[in-house]
Amino acid sequence: MITQKSEHIKLDTELIRKDFPILNRSINNFPLIYFDNGATTQKPNQVIEAITNYYSNTNSNIHRGVHTLSREATEAFEVARKTIASHFKIKNEQQLIFTSGTTDSLNIISAGLSRSVLKNGDEIILSSYEHHSNILTWQLWAGENNGKLKIIPLKNDHSLDYEALEKLITPKTKIIAITHVSNTLGLVTDLTQIKAIAKKHNLIIVVDGAQSAPHMEVDLTELDVDFFVCSAHKIYGPTGTGILYMSEKWLRALPTTKPGGGTIKTVSFEKTEYAEGALRFEAGTPNIEGVIGFAAAINYLNRWGMKIIHEYELGLVNYAQYKLSEIPEVIVYGQSTNKAAVISFNVKDVHPFDVGTLLDKYGIAVRTGHHCTQPLMAILCVPGTVRISFAIYNTKTEIDFFIEKLKKVISMLK
Amino acid sequence: MSITDIENEIVEEFEIFGQDWEAKYEHLIDLGKSLPVIKEERKTEDKLIKGCQSRVWLDSEKKNDKIFFTADSDAIITKGMVALMIRVLNGQGAKDIIESKLEFINKIGLKEHLSPTRANGLVSMINRMKMDALTLSK
Repeated sequence: MITQKSEHIKLDTELIRKDFPILNRSINNFPLIYFDNGATTQKPNQVIEAITNYYSNTNSNIHRGVHTLSREATEAFEVARKTIASHFKIKNEQQLIFTSGTTDSLNIISAGLSRSVLKNGDEIILSSYEHHSNILTWQLWAGENNGKLKIIPLKNDHSLDYEALEKLITPKTKIIAITHVSNTLGLVTDLTQIKAIAKKHNLIIVVDGAQSAPHMEVDLTELDVDFFVCSAHKIYGPTGTGILYMSEKWLRALPTTKPGGGTIKTVSFEKTEYAEGALRFEAGTPNIEGVIGFAAAINYLNRWGMKIIHEYELGLVNYAQYKLSEIPEVIVYGQSTNKAAVISFNVKDVHPFDVGTLLDKYGIAVRTGHHCTQPLMAILCVPGTVRISFAIYNTKTEIDFFIEKLKKVISMLK
Repeated sequence: MSITDIENEIVEEFEIFGQDWEAKYEHLIDLGKSLPVIKEERKTEDKLIKGCQSRVWLDSEKKNDKIFFTADSDAIITKGMVALMIRVLNGQGAKDIIESKLEFINKIGLKEHLSPTRANGLVSMINRMKMDALTLSK
């Protein structure tokens, strides 16, 4: 699996690919090339087996029973919490709350902040390249509370205009909710700059890490933001599981907005005393197999570590960007050498839907459309883009095949 | 010609492609390119079939008890599919349009374009064509 040379462990994609059974599939008589990892990644046997093993040997409800299975399931669940907390360098694992995904996490945050911090007429700052998930929940609040969303504009190279950010801030501004990596452009937000400005004006920072956590090292102790959220299924884990990290302050201060079984200490019809720590936010029976599968995915990635994975994927991105730049009809949006493994492009005068349809005929899975970033599409003045996004099992050989077929597709459509 | 006759004619035309999907799609793209476009000013909101990655505009009218369609799309493959639908349904009676099964799409191996996840607006367009035929027949 891995070859260890002192502390450097090299990625061997040929071996890695053997861990992902779906990569054996052929699509339209071509071997599957899966470039839609930004939507969801494929799962290695290690994750699939962890879930099967849980249901075959351990399945039981957690945090409740005294019987052996319940104890084992609870232990597996809490070990998973420790594993994932340690991966994200979270000091106190209680700061790691399991949710159904990034969207769920963002909704819990906005519901909590709207009952504590936010007042009628307040303002929230978002970036131009937010995913709808990090717009809608705030917009809903704003619509009901006379609030205002203010948007950090893009510069000509599609990166964020950090200088413009400070000018947006007024005494009514309370929150900056921002994505770590644009799911459409792959551009990385400079959180150091965002933090510096936010600290100066005492603003709460909410970071959507759905597209950063799969591709780079995220050290939440060092990052030191108020909230950070991401989804397991984009990090080789199962669907329906995500995390919500909150600072120690918010772990105590964020109001409960989603009460339910498991979140309490004592309940009477008159009064409820809520549990402390993560449990206060984990209402109902959680996605136990999802959490256990997620921990298996994290253990799998840590065979190499995120630094090595990031380096490898950056190599793929820069190679693909270079190859795309050689095709005169192709326009790449947000070209940069500092990217997560995501590239958005269009073919001049061709609808992205046509490109995606024909690439699929060659077994190449890409994403086309607005990528849940319609406001960004409006800024770029396009109906959508073609998006390719990479994972650890993708190779330069696949990129070469994709480029060859893209050229063919362009000649068919022109 | 009846709807079934035209469908059979198309199935026959597509037989020459056999398993050569590239040639078939090139033909579909050509059909899309040759479909007369709707003028920009006539692409109004009420003619737009929404909720799809590729947008489709449909205009329907009745002449001598027959229904006629004009349609357009911003994606060329979708437009090719639109051109086939129009060829089959144009100038037919409302009842025949409403009752048409359009099985030729399956026979020419393009059924995947009618899957709900294709997001190309074709299913919605066929529904709209039938609805318009019903409305215009009254």
